[in-house]
Amino acid sequence: MFKTIILSAFGAGLAVGIALSVVQAVTTEPLILHAETFESAEPAPAAAAPHEHATAEAHAHEAAAPAHEHDADAWSPADGFERSAYTLIANLLMGVGVSAVLLGLMSIRGGRIDASTGVLWGVAGFFAASLLPSLGLSPELPGTAAAEITSRQIWWLSTAAASAIGLALIVFSGSWLLKIAGLVIGVMPHVIGAPVPPSLEASYPAGLGGEFVAASLVVSALLWALSGLCSGWLYQRLSRSA
Amino acid sequence: MTNFSKTATRPASIAADGARSDAASRIVPALLAIAFGLLLFVGTGFAAPSLIHNATHDTRHSLGLPCH
Repeated sequence: MFKTIILSAFGAGLAVGIALSVVQAVTTEPLILHAETFESAEPAPAAAAPHEHATAEAHAHEAAAPAHEHDADAWSPADGFERSAYTLIANLLMGVGVSAVLLGLMSIRGGRIDASTGVLWGVAGFFAASLLPSLGLSPELPGTAAAEITSRQIWWLSTAAASAIGLALIVFSGSWLLKIAGLVIGVMPHVIGAPVPPSLEASYPAGLGGEFVAASLVVSALLWALSGLCSGWLYQRLSRSA
Repeated sequence: MTNFSKTATRPASIAADGARSDAASRIVPALLAIAFGLLLFVGTGFAAPSLIHNATHDTRHSLGLPCH
């Protein structure tokens, strides 16, 4: 059964990763690159190469992209094909990971596993691991002022976990007391509050940020829903033939 | 004789093992799959080393995960 889950997860991850990369290429990716042009147009760090203000338009990010990372010395993929290739790999890994988690949860729950139950679990996963955390930490373009990274990652992961537990209690438990407990667990991270950014300023225009939040949520919804759909479908086929 | 007594006790032990291994054969691989999936998800979306961060940068931003 483990083999069937892993095989299904890899198959689904392949499809999801490719689909996600295509959608990102026309939705979030242009916005990220656009935002980076504003970031690179800002006063460059002392160590950076001579200013590029004259050419700081559409393609300036090619020259300045590494400067916006924490560690300017570290390797990063070159813009263009290499960068897209690494993004595709990361998307594939995300697709496999999400599919494996969804299939594992569906197996523990028991009952039918197919495309239609898979897509429901996927949408629930999106709700818990993307939509609810985004209430505290909305999707950010490069160049957004934000609190320290580790504190945000901890809040994000805890919120996703609490949301998943809360949602599961609300949906699956038979007792009203447990359902209410689920609601409390789900709301708790937002009462505690996400790490607050030092300022609300951003290097890019506000409209760009708004567009990106919507685009990012759509991409996340696609990741989760498609992972559930494809992995459920594949699992049903593979376990039937096994 | 010993053979006979073994076969005589087998049906009961099979039933017990069967029930136990049914739950185990469902839960254990499922938990392993979840652990594997979470490892990939957190490794891709949250790992701190600059190399991993830079390689997965656009995916992290696109999916609204905390980045930088």
